[in-house]
Amino acid sequence: MNPDPKKSKVLPSNLPNSNGSSHPHSLFPDEVLEKVLSLIDSHKDRNSVSLVCKDWYNAERWTRSNLFIGNCYSVSPEIVARRFAKIKSVRLKGKPRFSDFNMLPRDWGANVHSWLVMFAKAYPFLEELRLKRMTVSDESMELLAKSFPQFRALSLSSCDGFTDDGLKAITTHCGNLTELDIQDSVTVDVGGGWLSCFPENFSSLEILNFSSLNSEVSFEALEKLVSRCRSLRVLKVNENITLDQLQRLLVHAPLLTELSTGSFLQELTPRQYEDIESAFGNSKNLQVLSGLWDATSFYLPVLYGACSGLTFLNLSDAVLQSGELAKLLAHCPNLRRLWVIDTVEDKGLEAVGSSCPLLEELRVFPVDPYDLDHRHGVTEMGFLAVSRGCRKLRYVLYFCRRMTNAAVVTIVQNCPDFTHFRLCIMNPRQPDFLTNEPMDEAFGAVAKNCTKLRRLSVSGLLTDTTFEYIGKYAKNLETLSVAFAGSSDRGMQCVLEGCPKLRKLEIRDCPFGNAALLSGLKKYEMMRSLWMSACNLTMKGCRLLAREMPRLNVEVIKDDGSDEIQADKVYVYRSVAGPRQDAPSVVLTL
Amino acid sequence: MEFESDLNLKATELRLGLPGRDESEEQSSSCVKKNKRSSSEMDSSSEHQESGPSAPKAQVVGWPPVRSYRKNVLQQQKKPESDGSGMFVKVSMDGAPYLRKIDLKCYKNYFDLLKALENMFKCTIGVYSEREGYNGSEYAPTYEDKDGDWMLVGDVPWDMFITSCKRLRIMKGSEAKGLGCL
Repeated sequence: MNPDPKKSKVLPSNLPNSNGSSHPHSLFPDEVLEKVLSLIDSHKDRNSVSLVCKDWYNAERWTRSNLFIGNCYSVSPEIVARRFAKIKSVRLKGKPRFSDFNMLPRDWGANVHSWLVMFAKAYPFLEELRLKRMTVSDESMELLAKSFPQFRALSLSSCDGFTDDGLKAITTHCGNLTELDIQDSVTVDVGGGWLSCFPENFSSLEILNFSSLNSEVSFEALEKLVSRCRSLRVLKVNENITLDQLQRLLVHAPLLTELSTGSFLQELTPRQYEDIESAFGNSKNLQVLSGLWDATSFYLPVLYGACSGLTFLNLSDAVLQSGELAKLLAHCPNLRRLWVIDTVEDKGLEAVGSSCPLLEELRVFPVDPYDLDHRHGVTEMGFLAVSRGCRKLRYVLYFCRRMTNAAVVTIVQNCPDFTHFRLCIMNPRQPDFLTNEPMDEAFGAVAKNCTKLRRLSVSGLLTDTTFEYIGKYAKNLETLSVAFAGSSDRGMQCVLEGCPKLRKLEIRDCPFGNAALLSGLKKYEMMRSLWMSACNLTMKGCRLLAREMPRLNVEVIKDDGSDEIQADKVYVYRSVAGPRQDAPSVVLTL
Repeated sequence: MEFESDLNLKATELRLGLPGRDESEEQSSSCVKKNKRSSSEMDSSSEHQESGPSAPKAQVVGWPPVRSYRKNVLQQQKKPESDGSGMFVKVSMDGAPYLRKIDLKCYKNYFDLLKALENMFKCTIGVYSEREGYNGSEYAPTYEDKDGDWMLVGDVPWDMFITSCKRLRIMKGSEAKGLGCL
């Protein structure tokens, strides 16, 4: 690393420098450098800046205010506190993604408490905290509520560990709160008392999302809150809020840009029906709409008046048929993102193709993921139909029970701009529906055609050929998810050798063994993490990896009844903090 | 057994063991821990225990990769329409010796349904009114809803009716009078 790149330029070395800069050749006094750097937001850019030279490293660390840590165990709170001085907002991620699918023991870790203790000491002016897949206890929430007088925004995505008491602490004490956003919460039984704890004169809320909490909140308190908070622009309520209650909330908040409704099924009188219809008609600023539990064709039309400006429609909680979807989409010409359940079937997706020319993202979820005899849902035909009508598609998540190579090849010819391609053929190792061949050509086409591809999930019957294609063509790939695929170690090796930008690799139920694992020795330090479960790894191989690469944490999760030789679930990640101290007994750190 | 009805999976499936071995044995040899995990985690991770048979291959932990909170929502939402096999309900008529069965999905609205019932039982049901029910008609159609209550056909929107109707009973007008007057 060149300690001072400016030395190689032609510069007058006797430039007057009265502002106390430490380096005689430096053009910029520290204060100027800091001023310039304070305008840089992206943490990737800042990381690059910090590598230039010692001056820049210091200037950067004094001016960084947004902290992003993609793996909470890659660094320790102490190291962070030593380096950065003025952090105002923090984004922290914990558990590996497969924890979403119940593959980790409950007490695996990623507890935020030690971070909060450090933040309370080092960053008392903290304003925002955004956590993903972390455990947050009530005690932590209390600490949070009482330690940061300027705290404004709390966002919890896929977090667990808290109850009503923790939330009560937040709503009682955080007088400047503008955002309380709880998504995909894993805590099922959270009482509803927290909502009533906002003080009587509290009015700063702009974002409120409790759609995934099962709690029954006091509607009276909610209505009062909504009418007090004149700047409220995002309101996402849970299923317990009824349609006519929703109508009253909408009347108080005509400026909403994002709404998640409660239950959309209720016996309404004609008058109530009109009222809710007109409330939606008046919500001219709505861009994002979700919720809609139990929506039926009778009540969906009340929405139509609010649909013209919609850019994101999330119907993943509404079990709709094709006709209902088609009618609804006819009112949503500006849709960029659409999430649906596969009960809309291919016919519904045809409607997507014809009604949503601006669509960039489509996610199709299975109504019943475990019903193997369920021959309905969507097939390759639906996906094809969407690709014909929605040429701007960049993000797809598609659960299906039937797919063909030919269809995927055509789809990526229609839509070459995919950045995220997540295809889940739900029956493991299922071949091409028409030809019975492996699905290698499908994913080969994706890798070849979609040069901007950053995230890929593969499925179906796949040989090593798929991974040869990925290694050869997917040069921008950052995240790869593999399940029930591949023929030998070679598959994994191709990916490790061929994808320069790979950051996250998650593998389950594949015939990859120690040779494959060890072929990526050098690579893992350049990645955030590697997950391998139900593959052919042994403890010996994992120990070897741990020994060779001291800056990697190699963790093995032992399942009940497994022997001493096999390594069932292996999680490898780079860390400057050394092995973690809070692992439960089922997690061995090698 | 699972595979015979499936897409010839057996013939093309990649195996990790020796060829010529039995299917279920194959499963247990290559994924011994997986099955164990399946059985121990199934109770906690999958909230539903389907009444149908589960073949050994059916339930794999964490697959398909659908989040558990979403699973909960979807389980509650299983509407009869979504299995595509029709919504057959029994229809009895007072005085008739045997019952009939009709598929509610064949009808788009109450008018179609009542006309069909009139044809099937050779009776007159007449016209529904919110205030009077089927007063004045020889027969009045009633149904048992999800809660077990007997309701007058026509009070709730059609969509709500077909999801909550469990069986129909065509009552003699004189007996139904009480319902209509409520």
